[in-house]
Amino acid sequence: MRTSTTGRVGQYAALLAYLVFLAFPFLWLVSTAFKSPRELGSLHPTWIPRDPTLDNFRQAFDEQPLLRAAGNSLLAASAAAVIAVLIATPLAYVMARRRTWLAKAATGWVVVSQAFPLVLVIIPLFLVLKNLRLINSLVGLVLVYVVWALPFALWMLVGYVRAVPTELEEAAAVDGAGRLRTLVSVTAPLLAPGIVATALFAFITAWNEFFFALVLLKTSDKQTLPVVLTHFIGAEGVADLGPLAAAAFLATLPSLIIFAIIQRRITGGMLAGAVKS
Amino acid sequence: MRARWFVGVLLLLLAGCTGTSAPEDGRITLRFQSLAWQEESVEANKALVKEWNATHPGVKVEYVQGSWDSVHDQLLTSFEGGEAPDIIHDASDDLADFAYGGYLADLKDLLPQRLKSDIPQRSWATATFGDGVYGVPFLQEPRVLIANAEWLNESGVRIPTPERPWSWAEFRRITERLSGDGTYGVAWPLKEPVSATLNLSLSAGGQLFHRGADGKATIRFEKADETVPRTIHDQANTDHSASPTTLGSGGSDTLPGFFGGKYAMVPLGFSYRQQIAQQAPKGFQWQVLPAPAGADGLTQGVSPQTLSVAEDSPHKKEAAEFIDFLLRPKNMVRLALGDWMLPTGTQALADPALHVTKDGWATGTALASHLTTAPAQSVRGYPEWKDKVATPAFQEYYSGAIGLDELRKRLEDDGNLVLARYQR
Repeated sequence: MRTSTTGRVGQYAALLAYLVFLAFPFLWLVSTAFKSPRELGSLHPTWIPRDPTLDNFRQAFDEQPLLRAAGNSLLAASAAAVIAVLIATPLAYVMARRRTWLAKAATGWVVVSQAFPLVLVIIPLFLVLKNLRLINSLVGLVLVYVVWALPFALWMLVGYVRAVPTELEEAAAVDGAGRLRTLVSVTAPLLAPGIVATALFAFITAWNEFFFALVLLKTSDKQTLPVVLTHFIGAEGVADLGPLAAAAFLATLPSLIIFAIIQRRITGGMLAGAVKS
Repeated sequence: MRARWFVGVLLLLLAGCTGTSAPEDGRITLRFQSLAWQEESVEANKALVKEWNATHPGVKVEYVQGSWDSVHDQLLTSFEGGEAPDIIHDASDDLADFAYGGYLADLKDLLPQRLKSDIPQRSWATATFGDGVYGVPFLQEPRVLIANAEWLNESGVRIPTPERPWSWAEFRRITERLSGDGTYGVAWPLKEPVSATLNLSLSAGGQLFHRGADGKATIRFEKADETVPRTIHDQANTDHSASPTTLGSGGSDTLPGFFGGKYAMVPLGFSYRQQIAQQAPKGFQWQVLPAPAGADGLTQGVSPQTLSVAEDSPHKKEAAEFIDFLLRPKNMVRLALGDWMLPTGTQALADPALHVTKDGWATGTALASHLTTAPAQSVRGYPEWKDKVATPAFQEYYSGAIGLDELRKRLEDDGNLVLARYQR
């Protein structure tokens, strides 16, 4: 009993340390965003700003088109997430359920495709998109994000599909449900948390992506948030720290909000209701 | 029903994504990618673009915000894809590969005589590669000593001026004198030690890169090249007059310690004054001092900010006209004030606004005539040498991990192997 209590305390301590470790950069970012320039230059940094100010936010919005950039990011990331999931879900189902040589080859290709470094693909990709007149276009960027997210999305969804017992589909078939009905009424609801998690992954990947956006978008009105954030950094890494922190804080909010909203769907019992009563 | 709603939203999203705007009627549109990043600087650039557009109905300039952080990769991809901006803002030490690669237009015959003669030859040399001029150098900054004025005055040390600067040996003695219990005479922010060391070494006659009769560059770490690195090394490791912790830091990282009274001086780029003016605690007195001088006086290598025209631009003449407009003396002053830097143009440099004592402007302008091209910046292979050989070698030397002989061996032996690959 004593060992168990000690062990539990240790577990909680480890969890707490991990949470602090994870939260530290974000809390520091929030703190920095509200500090005045003089406080930012202080030798004795404080967690809670002594004279909290909104000037960094004002300056960030004055200097850079943050709202427009956030809109572009939201559009590109949402479209990429939706399209990636729409394509990946049926493919993943086939790859998980039909263990033919083609499915195995596709799985191998998915793994291999993850090994390509960005610099290897960027110039050919740039030229292809240029020929399609999709440079400086969010459509072009979405296409790239979808292609970039697809292998991992597929990989994730194959795992989720495999976790759905085939017996459930067989039971549905025995009950007289057709193939489509089984997919829609039995498999899809059970896959929902996985689909949401995959979409979230694709969204976050696209939301944070910097290099493709930097290279493919030519005009200021199309630039996404990660690109605009770099505008607060000068030569030799000098940064306008206050406005940068303010803008970066705002940039993390959508991800946090989306996480908060759908967290329940991801963690909610995956196979809830799977067993007929 | 739900599926239809879903598809509708998707179509709307994609429709909203559609990119390119309709071309302007008969008007030439030039894309100007600026790297201005400070509030005043961005404002000055945007205002000048607006003024140009108001007075030049046939040629519209579109301001595009770029970033220093990623400009090289971004430009390289744009050049390869034939989508580069017409007018390109960059630094002269980033131009060599683009110039030799044929991506930038030779500006020799595109620029007006007014601009050519206004900028001194030593500045043009920073953007001249082979026979061509591939950028207009327009803003530059010397490395200066930002000092805690009160501390220096109370210590009674001689305050240096551009006319009577400290020698490197005197600088070492003074930093030792200023150091004490937990405080240091100087804090060298040497996260990127190569350009700082090489550019300051010119004051002592150090060249490091030597061109042979065949035009090929080789590295020789000679006696004159030792002065600056040895001073820094000895301050940090022998005299303990330089903070060892800041050797791996960037310039901004040293400021809290400077404001907090841990360091008497910090060697920084001239434009750092903006951060200091903004962040210094109330009542904190600071002043700008010239960097120490050696056998070659206050000479210092710089890589000015430049404006170039893309070789692929169909409107090179108009792009050069815009550059000429942007760099008229009064405009150059506006850009310099916005960036807290020095203009290269002789007329702009004479502007009274840049000769005030406030914020150390006068000290900076007095140094302008000593600024010259860094010998390394036109050497092909320099970036690789810097990243793979020189940066770790200098970092280890400054931290005391290796001695001067090992530093020399690495810079020369490993360095010349790198350069040889680029100069076959």
